[in-house]
Amino acid sequence: MFGAGIIVFRETLEAALFVGIIAASTRGLVNRTHSLSVGVALGALGSLMMASAMGHISEWANGIGQEIVNASILSIALAMLAWHCIWVSNNSQRMVQEAKQIGKATSQGIQTLWALTIVVALSVLREGAETVLFVSGLMAGSTMAIAELISSAVAGVALGIFAGWLVYAGLGFIKTSRLFQITNILILLLAGSLASQIAKTANQADWISVFSEQAWDISDLIPSKSMTAMVMHGVFGFDVSPTQLQVIFYLSAICLIWIAARQIKLNRHHQLVLTS
Amino acid sequence: MHHFKTKLSVVALLLSTANFLPVSTAFAADMELSLVIKNHMFEPAELKVPANQRIKLNIQNLDKTVEEFESHSMKKEKVIPAGGKAVIFLGPLKPGSYEFIGEFNPKTAKGLVIAE
Repeated sequence: MFGAGIIVFRETLEAALFVGIIAASTRGLVNRTHSLSVGVALGALGSLMMASAMGHISEWANGIGQEIVNASILSIALAMLAWHCIWVSNNSQRMVQEAKQIGKATSQGIQTLWALTIVVALSVLREGAETVLFVSGLMAGSTMAIAELISSAVAGVALGIFAGWLVYAGLGFIKTSRLFQITNILILLLAGSLASQIAKTANQADWISVFSEQAWDISDLIPSKSMTAMVMHGVFGFDVSPTQLQVIFYLSAICLIWIAARQIKLNRHHQLVLTS
Repeated sequence: MHHFKTKLSVVALLLSTANFLPVSTAFAADMELSLVIKNHMFEPAELKVPANQRIKLNIQNLDKTVEEFESHSMKKEKVIPAGGKAVIFLGPLKPGSYEFIGEFNPKTAKGLVIAE
Protein backbone atom coordinates (compact mmCIF):
# COMPACT_ATOMS: atom_id res chain seq x y z
CA MET A 1 0.00 0.00 0.00
CA PHE A 2 2.92 2.24 0.80
CA GLY A 3 4.43 1.42 -2.58
CA ALA A 4 1.37 2.64 -4.46
CA GLY A 5 1.46 5.99 -2.67
CA ILE A 6 5.15 6.40 -3.45
CA ILE A 7 4.63 5.74 -7.15
CA VAL A 8 1.80 8.29 -7.26
CA PHE A 9 3.99 10.76 -5.37
CA ARG A 10 6.79 10.32 -7.88
CA GLU A 11 4.49 10.94 -10.84
CA THR A 12 2.93 13.97 -9.16
CA LEU A 13 6.18 15.52 -7.99
CA GLU A 14 7.56 16.47 -11.38
CA ALA A 15 4.39 18.24 -12.51
CA ALA A 16 4.01 19.89 -9.09
CA LEU A 17 7.56 21.29 -9.14
CA PHE A 18 6.94 22.53 -12.66
CA VAL A 19 3.72 24.31 -11.71
CA GLY A 20 5.37 25.63 -8.52
CA ILE A 21 8.09 27.35 -10.53
CA ILE A 22 5.63 28.76 -13.08
CA ALA A 23 3.42 30.05 -10.24
CA ALA A 24 6.39 31.71 -8.54
CA SER A 25 7.41 33.34 -11.81
CA THR A 26 3.99 34.97 -12.17
CA ARG A 27 3.55 36.02 -8.55
CA GLY A 28 1.55 39.22 -8.21
CA LEU A 29 0.35 39.27 -11.81
CA VAL A 30 -3.31 39.98 -12.46
CA ASN A 31 -5.33 36.90 -13.50
CA ARG A 32 -2.47 34.50 -13.01
CA THR A 33 -4.13 32.31 -10.36
CA HIS A 34 -7.13 31.93 -12.63
CA SER A 35 -4.98 31.14 -15.66
CA LEU A 36 -2.83 28.57 -13.88
CA SER A 37 -5.86 26.90 -12.25
CA VAL A 38 -7.49 26.55 -15.65
CA GLY A 39 -4.26 24.97 -16.85
CA VAL A 40 -4.21 22.42 -14.03
CA ALA A 41 -7.91 21.60 -14.53
CA LEU A 42 -7.49 21.15 -18.29
CA GLY A 43 -4.46 18.96 -17.67
CA ALA A 44 -6.35 16.78 -15.19
CA LEU A 45 -9.26 16.39 -17.59
CA GLY A 46 -6.86 15.61 -20.42
CA SER A 47 -5.15 12.97 -18.25
CA LEU A 48 -8.39 11.03 -17.92
CA MET A 49 -8.98 11.21 -21.66
CA MET A 50 -5.43 10.29 -22.57
CA ALA A 51 -5.38 7.39 -20.10
CA SER A 52 -8.55 5.94 -21.56
CA ALA A 53 -7.19 6.28 -25.10
CA MET A 54 -3.74 4.87 -24.26
CA GLY A 55 -4.56 1.44 -25.67
CA HIS A 56 -5.27 2.98 -29.09
CA ILE A 57 -2.45 5.50 -28.93
CA SER A 58 0.06 2.73 -28.26
CA GLU A 59 -0.85 0.93 -31.46
CA TRP A 60 -0.50 3.92 -33.77
CA ALA A 61 2.41 4.08 -36.18
CA ASN A 62 3.63 0.50 -35.62
CA GLY A 63 3.79 0.84 -31.86
CA ILE A 64 5.35 4.27 -31.44
CA GLY A 65 2.14 6.27 -31.03
CA GLN A 66 3.03 7.14 -27.45
CA GLU A 67 6.29 8.69 -28.57
CA ILE A 68 4.50 10.75 -31.23
CA VAL A 69 2.04 12.07 -28.64
CA ASN A 70 4.76 12.70 -26.05
CA ALA A 71 7.07 14.43 -28.51
CA SER A 72 4.20 16.66 -29.65
CA ILE A 73 3.26 17.58 -26.09
CA LEU A 74 6.88 18.29 -25.19
CA SER A 75 7.51 20.33 -28.33
CA ILE A 76 4.45 22.53 -27.87
CA ALA A 77 5.34 23.08 -24.20
CA LEU A 78 8.92 23.90 -25.17
CA ALA A 79 7.81 26.45 -27.80
CA MET A 80 5.47 28.13 -25.30
CA LEU A 81 8.11 28.24 -22.55
CA ALA A 82 10.69 29.60 -24.97
CA TRP A 83 8.39 32.38 -26.07
CA HIS A 84 7.47 33.26 -22.48
CA CYS A 85 11.09 33.24 -21.40
CA ILE A 86 12.12 35.56 -24.23
CA TRP A 87 9.17 37.89 -23.64
CA VAL A 88 9.87 38.19 -19.91
CA SER A 89 13.56 38.84 -20.39
CA ASN A 90 12.59 41.82 -22.55
CA ASN A 91 9.89 43.14 -20.25
CA SER A 92 11.05 42.26 -16.75
CA GLN A 93 12.04 45.83 -15.89
CA ARG A 94 8.62 47.17 -16.72
CA MET A 95 6.96 44.26 -14.85
CA VAL A 96 9.03 45.02 -11.74
CA GLN A 97 8.13 48.73 -11.93
CA GLU A 98 4.43 47.97 -12.18
CA ALA A 99 4.55 45.42 -9.41
CA LYS A 100 6.32 47.92 -7.15
CA GLN A 101 4.05 50.85 -7.96
CA ILE A 102 0.63 49.28 -7.64
CA GLY A 103 1.46 46.03 -5.90
CA LYS A 104 0.38 44.18 -9.00
CA ALA A 105 1.40 44.07 -12.59
CA THR A 106 -1.55 44.99 -14.78
CA SER A 107 -3.22 42.64 -17.21
CA GLN A 108 -0.86 44.16 -19.75
CA GLY A 109 1.87 43.05 -17.37
CA ILE A 110 2.29 39.74 -19.02
CA GLN A 111 1.10 38.90 -22.47
CA THR A 112 2.22 35.30 -22.38
CA LEU A 113 -0.09 34.18 -19.58
CA TRP A 114 -2.20 32.04 -21.92
CA ALA A 115 0.98 30.32 -23.08
CA LEU A 116 1.66 29.39 -19.47
CA THR A 117 -1.86 28.01 -19.14
CA ILE A 118 -1.02 25.64 -21.98
CA VAL A 119 2.38 24.76 -20.53
CA VAL A 120 0.84 23.93 -17.14
CA ALA A 121 -1.94 21.88 -18.76
CA LEU A 122 0.57 19.88 -20.80
CA SER A 123 2.82 19.18 -17.83
CA VAL A 124 -0.11 17.96 -15.73
CA LEU A 125 -1.35 15.92 -18.70
CA ARG A 126 1.94 14.09 -19.19
CA GLU A 127 2.40 13.00 -15.60
CA GLY A 128 -1.33 12.75 -14.86
CA ALA A 129 -2.15 10.24 -17.58
CA GLU A 130 0.43 7.80 -16.20
CA THR A 131 -0.92 8.24 -12.68
CA VAL A 132 -4.48 7.60 -13.83
CA LEU A 133 -3.37 4.46 -15.67
CA PHE A 134 -1.46 3.20 -12.67
CA VAL A 135 -4.26 3.78 -10.15
CA SER A 136 -7.00 2.42 -12.40
CA GLY A 137 -4.83 -0.61 -13.14
CA LEU A 138 -4.44 -1.28 -9.44
CA MET A 139 -8.17 -0.93 -8.91
CA ALA A 140 -8.87 -3.46 -11.65
CA GLY A 141 -6.34 -6.08 -10.76
CA SER A 142 -5.23 -5.86 -7.20
CA THR A 143 -6.12 -7.52 -3.97
CA MET A 144 -5.79 -4.17 -2.24
CA ALA A 145 -8.91 -2.70 -0.68
CA ILE A 146 -10.25 0.15 -2.81
CA ALA A 147 -10.47 2.54 0.15
CA GLU A 148 -6.90 1.81 1.11
CA LEU A 149 -5.79 2.28 -2.47
CA ILE A 150 -7.56 5.60 -2.89
CA SER A 151 -6.26 6.96 0.40
CA SER A 152 -2.67 6.09 -0.47
CA ALA A 153 -3.07 7.61 -3.94
CA VAL A 154 -4.54 10.79 -2.46
CA ALA A 155 -1.68 10.92 0.06
CA GLY A 156 0.81 10.57 -2.80
CA VAL A 157 -0.78 13.40 -4.80
CA ALA A 158 -1.01 15.61 -1.69
CA LEU A 159 2.63 15.05 -0.81
CA GLY A 160 3.67 15.84 -4.40
CA ILE A 161 1.65 19.06 -4.39
CA PHE A 162 3.16 19.97 -1.01
CA ALA A 163 6.66 19.65 -2.48
CA GLY A 164 5.62 21.92 -5.36
CA TRP A 165 4.25 24.43 -2.86
CA LEU A 166 7.53 24.33 -0.90
CA VAL A 167 9.42 25.37 -4.02
CA TYR A 168 6.84 28.08 -4.69
CA ALA A 169 7.05 29.38 -1.10
CA GLY A 170 10.84 29.20 -1.15
CA LEU A 171 11.00 31.33 -4.29
CA GLY A 172 8.66 33.78 -2.52
CA PHE A 173 11.57 35.00 -0.40
CA ILE A 174 13.13 36.58 -3.46
CA LYS A 175 12.75 40.37 -3.64
CA THR A 176 10.35 41.66 -6.29
CA SER A 177 13.17 43.45 -8.08
CA ARG A 178 14.99 40.15 -8.66
CA LEU A 179 12.01 37.77 -8.85
CA PHE A 180 11.39 37.80 -12.61
CA GLN A 181 15.08 37.53 -13.39
CA ILE A 182 15.67 34.53 -11.15
CA THR A 183 12.49 32.63 -11.99
CA ASN A 184 13.18 33.28 -15.67
CA ILE A 185 16.49 31.44 -15.32
CA LEU A 186 14.61 28.50 -13.78
CA ILE A 187 12.14 28.61 -16.67
CA LEU A 188 15.06 28.59 -19.10
CA LEU A 189 16.33 25.42 -17.38
CA LEU A 190 12.84 23.87 -17.55
CA ALA A 191 12.88 24.52 -21.29
CA GLY A 192 16.21 22.72 -21.46
CA SER A 193 14.70 19.86 -19.52
CA LEU A 194 11.82 19.56 -21.99
CA ALA A 195 14.31 19.49 -24.87
CA SER A 196 16.25 16.75 -23.10
CA GLN A 197 13.08 14.68 -22.75
CA ILE A 198 12.37 15.20 -26.45
CA ALA A 199 15.81 13.71 -27.14
CA LYS A 200 14.99 10.72 -24.94
CA THR A 201 11.68 10.18 -26.74
CA ALA A 202 13.28 10.55 -30.17
CA ASN A 203 15.83 7.89 -29.33
CA GLN A 204 13.28 5.47 -27.90
CA ALA A 205 11.17 5.75 -31.07
CA ASP A 206 14.23 5.37 -33.33
CA TRP A 207 13.90 8.80 -34.94
CA ILE A 208 17.42 9.62 -33.82
CA SER A 209 19.81 6.84 -32.89
CA VAL A 210 23.08 8.73 -32.82
CA PHE A 211 24.68 9.95 -29.57
CA SER A 212 22.69 7.37 -27.63
CA GLU A 213 25.54 6.57 -25.22
CA GLN A 214 25.52 7.84 -21.66
CA ALA A 215 27.21 11.21 -21.25
CA TRP A 216 27.77 10.51 -17.56
CA ASP A 217 26.35 8.31 -14.85
CA ILE A 218 26.46 9.41 -11.23
CA SER A 219 23.54 7.21 -10.16
CA ASP A 220 25.88 5.37 -7.76
CA LEU A 221 26.35 8.69 -5.99
CA ILE A 222 22.78 9.94 -6.30
CA PRO A 223 20.34 7.06 -6.98
CA SER A 224 17.95 8.01 -9.76
CA LYS A 225 14.88 7.32 -7.62
CA SER A 226 16.16 9.34 -4.67
CA MET A 227 14.45 12.54 -3.57
CA THR A 228 17.60 14.55 -4.40
CA ALA A 229 17.71 13.23 -7.95
CA MET A 230 14.01 13.84 -8.51
CA VAL A 231 14.12 17.41 -7.18
CA MET A 232 17.25 18.24 -9.17
CA HIS A 233 15.54 16.90 -12.26
CA GLY A 234 12.27 18.69 -11.54
CA VAL A 235 13.83 22.07 -10.76
CA PHE A 236 17.01 22.25 -12.85
CA GLY A 237 16.38 19.54 -15.42
CA PHE A 238 19.53 17.83 -14.16
CA ASP A 239 19.67 14.14 -15.03
CA VAL A 240 21.96 11.75 -13.14
CA SER A 241 22.54 9.57 -16.21
CA PRO A 242 21.63 11.34 -19.45
CA THR A 243 22.52 10.25 -22.97
CA GLN A 244 24.82 12.43 -25.04
CA LEU A 245 21.86 13.42 -27.20
CA GLN A 246 19.93 14.62 -24.15
CA VAL A 247 22.83 16.84 -23.10
CA ILE A 248 23.13 18.24 -26.63
CA PHE A 249 19.39 19.03 -26.76
CA TYR A 250 19.40 20.53 -23.24
CA LEU A 251 22.29 22.88 -23.97
CA SER A 252 21.10 23.76 -27.49
CA ALA A 253 17.64 24.76 -26.30
CA ILE A 254 19.06 26.95 -23.53
CA CYS A 255 21.58 28.61 -25.87
CA LEU A 256 19.03 29.20 -28.64
CA ILE A 257 16.52 30.80 -26.27
CA TRP A 258 19.21 32.89 -24.61
CA ILE A 259 20.58 34.11 -27.94
CA ALA A 260 17.09 34.94 -29.24
CA ALA A 261 16.27 36.93 -26.09
CA ARG A 262 19.55 38.83 -26.32
CA GLN A 263 19.13 39.58 -30.02
CA ILE A 264 15.68 41.04 -29.47
CA LYS A 265 16.95 43.12 -26.58
CA LEU A 266 19.82 44.47 -28.65
CA ASN A 267 17.54 45.21 -31.55
CA ARG A 268 15.07 47.08 -29.39
CA HIS A 269 17.86 49.09 -27.84
CA HIS A 270 19.12 49.88 -31.32
CA GLN A 271 15.67 51.08 -32.40
CA LEU A 272 15.35 53.26 -29.31
CA VAL A 273 18.70 54.87 -30.03
CA LEU A 274 17.68 55.50 -33.62
CA THR A 275 14.34 57.09 -32.78
CA SER A 276 15.65 59.34 -30.01
CA MET B 1 9.80 43.22 -33.74
CA HIS B 2 7.73 41.52 -36.45
CA HIS B 3 10.86 40.29 -38.06
CA PHE B 4 11.89 38.61 -34.85
CA LYS B 5 8.53 37.08 -34.24
CA THR B 6 8.90 35.38 -37.60
CA LYS B 7 12.38 34.23 -36.69
CA LEU B 8 11.11 32.93 -33.41
CA SER B 9 8.35 30.92 -34.96
CA VAL B 10 10.87 29.42 -37.37
CA VAL B 11 13.02 28.35 -34.42
CA ALA B 12 9.99 26.90 -32.65
CA LEU B 13 8.94 25.07 -35.79
CA LEU B 14 12.42 23.63 -36.28
CA LEU B 15 12.53 22.48 -32.68
CA SER B 16 9.20 20.76 -32.98
CA THR B 17 9.74 19.09 -36.34
CA ALA B 18 13.34 18.03 -35.76
CA ASN B 19 12.07 15.17 -33.61
CA PHE B 20 10.30 13.53 -36.47
CA LEU B 21 13.24 13.21 -38.78
CA PRO B 22 14.24 9.57 -39.05
CA VAL B 23 18.00 9.89 -38.82
CA SER B 24 18.84 6.25 -38.41
CA THR B 25 16.17 4.17 -40.08
CA ALA B 26 18.05 3.98 -43.35
CA PHE B 27 20.73 1.80 -41.79
CA ALA B 28 20.80 -1.98 -41.72
CA ALA B 29 17.83 -3.80 -40.24
CA ASP B 30 17.80 -3.84 -36.46
CA MET B 31 18.08 -6.96 -34.41
CA GLU B 32 14.69 -7.90 -32.98
CA LEU B 33 13.97 -9.37 -29.57
CA SER B 34 10.76 -10.24 -27.73
CA LEU B 35 9.82 -9.70 -24.14
CA VAL B 36 6.63 -10.80 -22.43
CA ILE B 37 5.04 -9.45 -19.26
CA LYS B 38 3.14 -12.17 -17.38
CA ASN B 39 2.00 -12.19 -13.74
CA HIS B 40 3.88 -8.90 -13.25
CA MET B 41 7.14 -10.49 -14.31
CA PHE B 42 9.31 -10.23 -17.40
CA GLU B 43 9.97 -13.29 -19.54
CA PRO B 44 12.81 -13.75 -20.15
CA ALA B 45 14.17 -11.78 -17.22
CA GLU B 46 17.58 -11.69 -18.86
CA LEU B 47 18.12 -10.53 -22.41
CA LYS B 48 21.51 -11.14 -24.01
CA VAL B 49 22.19 -8.66 -26.80
CA PRO B 50 25.19 -7.86 -28.97
CA ALA B 51 27.00 -4.70 -27.84
CA ASN B 52 27.21 -1.61 -30.05
CA GLN B 53 24.15 -2.50 -32.06
CA ARG B 54 20.67 -1.08 -32.37
CA ILE B 55 18.00 -3.45 -31.02
CA LYS B 56 14.27 -3.45 -31.57
CA LEU B 57 12.49 -4.78 -28.51
CA ASN B 58 8.90 -6.00 -28.94
CA ILE B 59 7.08 -6.12 -25.62
CA GLN B 60 3.80 -7.84 -25.05
CA ASN B 61 1.78 -7.43 -21.87
CA LEU B 62 -0.28 -10.55 -21.17
CA ASP B 63 -1.54 -9.23 -17.84
CA LYS B 64 -4.87 -7.57 -17.31
CA THR B 65 -3.16 -4.56 -15.75
CA VAL B 66 -1.13 -1.80 -17.34
CA GLU B 67 2.65 -1.78 -16.89
CA GLU B 68 5.38 0.77 -17.50
CA PHE B 69 8.69 -0.43 -18.88
CA GLU B 70 11.38 1.70 -17.34
CA SER B 71 15.14 1.73 -17.42
CA HIS B 72 17.22 4.55 -16.01
CA SER B 73 20.48 3.21 -17.34
CA MET B 74 19.08 2.82 -20.86
CA LYS B 75 16.86 5.93 -20.63
CA LYS B 76 13.60 4.23 -21.54
CA GLU B 77 10.10 4.78 -20.25
CA LYS B 78 7.00 3.45 -21.92
CA VAL B 79 3.50 2.44 -20.90
CA ILE B 80 2.46 -1.06 -22.02
CA PRO B 81 -1.36 -1.23 -21.88
CA ALA B 82 -3.15 -4.22 -20.39
CA GLY B 83 -3.12 -6.96 -23.02
CA GLY B 84 -1.24 -4.59 -25.34
CA LYS B 85 2.00 -4.42 -27.27
CA ALA B 86 4.74 -1.85 -27.59
CA VAL B 87 8.01 -1.35 -29.41
CA ILE B 88 11.12 0.16 -27.83
CA PHE B 89 14.44 0.73 -29.53
CA LEU B 90 17.56 0.10 -27.47
CA GLY B 91 21.24 0.80 -27.89
CA PRO B 92 23.77 0.82 -29.31
CA LEU B 93 24.92 -0.29 -25.84
CA LYS B 94 28.45 -0.53 -24.54
CA PRO B 95 29.30 -3.99 -23.11
CA GLY B 96 27.77 -4.28 -19.66
CA SER B 97 24.50 -4.98 -17.89
CA TYR B 98 21.52 -2.65 -17.81
CA GLU B 99 18.61 -3.00 -15.42
CA PHE B 100 14.98 -2.48 -16.31
CA ILE B 101 11.86 -2.69 -14.21
CA GLY B 102 8.10 -2.59 -14.45
CA GLU B 103 7.58 0.72 -12.73
CA PHE B 104 4.06 -0.21 -11.61
CA ASN B 105 5.15 -3.55 -10.09
CA PRO B 106 8.78 -2.87 -9.16
CA LYS B 107 9.03 -5.70 -6.64
CA THR B 108 8.37 -8.50 -9.11
CA ALA B 109 8.90 -7.02 -12.55
CA LYS B 110 12.69 -6.87 -12.83
CA GLY B 111 14.96 -7.63 -15.70
CA LEU B 112 18.45 -7.24 -17.09
CA VAL B 113 19.82 -6.51 -20.54
CA ILE B 114 23.33 -7.92 -20.94
CA ALA B 115 25.27 -6.43 -23.80
CA GLU B 116 28.27 -8.49 -24.96
